[in-house]
Amino acid sequence: MASDGTGVVALYGSTNNGLESSNHKSATFSVKVGLAQMLRGGVIMDVVTPEQARVAEEAGACAVMALERVPADIRAQGGVARMSDPGLIRDIKRAVTIPVMAKARIGHFIEAQILEAIGVDYVDESEVLTLADDAHHINKHNFRVPFVCGCRNIGEALRRIREGAAMIRTKGEAGTGNVIEAVRHVRSVMGEIRALCNMDEDEVFSYAKRIAAPYDLVMQTKQLGRLPVVQFAAGGVATPADAALMMQLGCDGVFVGSGIFKSGDPARRARAIVQAVTHYRDPNILAEVSSGLGEAMVGINLSDPKVERFAARSE
Amino acid sequence: MAVVGVLALQGSYNEHMAALRRIGVRGVEVRKPEQLQGLDSLIIPGGESTTMAKLANYHNLFPALREFVGAGKPVWGTCAGLIFLANKAVGQKSGGQELIGGLDCTVHRNFFGSQIQSFETELSVPMLAEKEGGSNTCRGVFIRAPAILDVGSDVEVLADCPVPADRPSITITSGEGVEEEVYSKDRVIVAVRQGNILATAFHPELTSDSRWHRFFLDMDKESHTKAFSALSLSSSSRDAQDGSKNKPIDLPIFE
Repeated sequence: MASDGTGVVALYGSTNNGLESSNHKSATFSVKVGLAQMLRGGVIMDVVTPEQARVAEEAGACAVMALERVPADIRAQGGVARMSDPGLIRDIKRAVTIPVMAKARIGHFIEAQILEAIGVDYVDESEVLTLADDAHHINKHNFRVPFVCGCRNIGEALRRIREGAAMIRTKGEAGTGNVIEAVRHVRSVMGEIRALCNMDEDEVFSYAKRIAAPYDLVMQTKQLGRLPVVQFAAGGVATPADAALMMQLGCDGVFVGSGIFKSGDPARRARAIVQAVTHYRDPNILAEVSSGLGEAMVGINLSDPKVERFAARSE
Repeated sequence: MAVVGVLALQGSYNEHMAALRRIGVRGVEVRKPEQLQGLDSLIIPGGESTTMAKLANYHNLFPALREFVGAGKPVWGTCAGLIFLANKAVGQKSGGQELIGGLDCTVHRNFFGSQIQSFETELSVPMLAEKEGGSNTCRGVFIRAPAILDVGSDVEVLADCPVPADRPSITITSGEGVEEEVYSKDRVIVAVRQGNILATAFHPELTSDSRWHRFFLDMDKESHTKAFSALSLSSSSRDAQDGSKNKPIDLPIFE
């Protein structure tokens, strides 16, 4: 008999691992999803300097993504894109009180550990950076910091959630200012969920196999009628109308990358996109905030096959 | 029948709407000042308080919200909503942010630290249990949560919680001079009531425990004993069903 617990196959619901800690649990999945829930209905903006972070905060961003280069510049300059300088991320963190996110390369768990150590609020395991591992994503259950991951379809989304992602975003096509891919991805996820909701329960087993997603999460999605975590739009959002489109298609919020600080009047455009996300069902307000914003980001036509697809970098 | 408004600028308003649906009450999303008219009570949800303040400013909501609170209608703030309702907030972004005020207390905006320091715990809530039944504790989810440093004499403390050991020390640099304030007590206040104002630093809307929502509605009932004899469940549950037809159930609650 193993009185000390060795040899016990599984212990469910027992957190009795200390005198005091049993009551005080940090970094549970609910707490991780909780922050994402607090971001709902908000806009998360890419910034490269503390000054830009202040502009974003003043405009009403609910979080900022601290980067060395926005995706448009990564696209233009090429080369290997890596995690940003932790010093820069710290500076940005000091400049604002809203949550600060930072990107780590897919599969690069050391970059994620560094980001966790400097206290970022959310890590984006992002296909916009060059891949560090083309077969494996980070095991996000090993971290106390929550993760956001990109997806193009429901299977990819549920695989990321099973790996521990507490928030999902569409991949879109970052740095293009072209919303078509983000629309395709959110349409795909929403359409598949609608189909799943009408599916016979007997068919869900083979459906889960076909989309290569864990059965339990597929069933949970079917029961809820939505992904079990917060879902944001990202990749190519450049105008208030783009942002409202993503909200009406069913997203919980919007990431805006290059669209703001690559435009003529960043402060004004940032503010307009924030308002558009709050009032996404009110065309009068959308018309008002869309007026006189100056030049939008130029953008890239995605029917050109020479444009590299970041979204296709990972499965 | 009572109509509960939920300030829907940003944050966890969907969760509050879902929680109200679960107890068969109709919630209304509020984004503009005129939408406050005809409401019996208002919930200010969690979210980024800075963002919510900005959005409220863009649409000139503050005067209407102050009037609503001033009229003595029941108002409940969770997390960011608590900050909004406080008379004084410390630890804000540079430049500060506008508050609604009304609740006589001092709030520290980010008392428990950043996301990594977010946590959940069992809170002792004898008051809630006495009024709404159930166990003597409730599940408190604290997300980058504020806390109440001190309260005025007519504020009733409903819950407090031990200060976590790993919480970063408080050094408040508000405005001009460096206002050094070291919080030395080992417990901190996380839920209060002052008249018709209820405020919680944690998020009951993220849990399946609907007692806080019922408690808030009972406050509403106390103040509107007239014309509020019964929550007609038949019609309200029909509303809830209608709602779920064009709007799927909200995010799951992780236990």
